[in-house]
Amino acid sequence: MPYDPIMVQPMRDELTQLGVKELLTAADVDAFMAEKNGTALIVVNSVCGCAAGMARPGLREALRNQTHPDRVATVFAGQDLEAVARARSYFADFPPSSPSFALFRDGKVAHFIPRHKIEGRDPRQVAADLTAAFETAASAVAK
Amino acid sequence: MGTFHNDLGELHGITVVVDTAGPKLYVGRCHEMTDQKVVLHDVDVHEDGEGRPTKQEYLKKAALYGVWKKHDQLIVPGSEVLSVRRLAEIEESAT
Repeated sequence: MPYDPIMVQPMRDELTQLGVKELLTAADVDAFMAEKNGTALIVVNSVCGCAAGMARPGLREALRNQTHPDRVATVFAGQDLEAVARARSYFADFPPSSPSFALFRDGKVAHFIPRHKIEGRDPRQVAADLTAAFETAASAVAK
Repeated sequence: MGTFHNDLGELHGITVVVDTAGPKLYVGRCHEMTDQKVVLHDVDVHEDGEGRPTKQEYLKKAALYGVWKKHDQLIVPGSEVLSVRRLAEIEESAT
C-alpha cells in the first residue's frame, strides 16, 4: 500500500529542488529516454530512510561537481508505479532496487548503483560513487 | 528525512547475506534479527548443487547487481544461521 502522498512530498521536493525532472507516467519516462545523445541519470527514489535518506543528499552533493549528467530525472518507487515499471524496463538486466541510480550514456546503461551499495553509507560516499560514474561516462562520451 | 527505523537492530533495512551450514544461502533486506530468527524481506534463495553456481559464485554476482527476489518475506530459523553479513561487504572481500 503506497505511503500517504503528503508524507512523501518532501522526499520528492528534495530532488525536484535540485532541478531533477520528475517522471510521473510511462509516457514521461519514454519522452525522457527518447533523447539518446549524451548522459542521463534516472534516480529511483523511495521512502526508505536507511538508503534513500543517503541517496538524495548524496545526489545533491554529486550534482555540485562540474561533471554531471546532461539530464537527470526521477521516478518514485511505491508511488508512481507505472513510471517506475517503465523506467526499470530501460535497465531490465538489473534486479529491481530502490533507491537506485541508473546512468545512461548515449541511451545505454553505463553504470548502475543498486540499493545495497547505498544503504549504510553516508551521503559523501554515495556522492563519490556517483561522481566517479559521471566522470567515466562523460569521458567516454567525449571520445 | 524519511527514516523509519525502530528498535529492530542495526541491520534493519540493510541487505544481508544469511549463510547456513547447509547448501542454502539467503539474500534479502533484514527486517529483524534475534537469536531465534532472521526475518528477511524481498528475498532470494540460493542452493548449492551439481550444475549450479557455488555460494561464492552466486554471491559475487549478487554483490555487483543485487538479487531477483523469490519471496516477499522469509523467516530463517536461528538454528540454521551460520553467519549474517551485509551484502555490500561481500563485494569488498571478493574483489
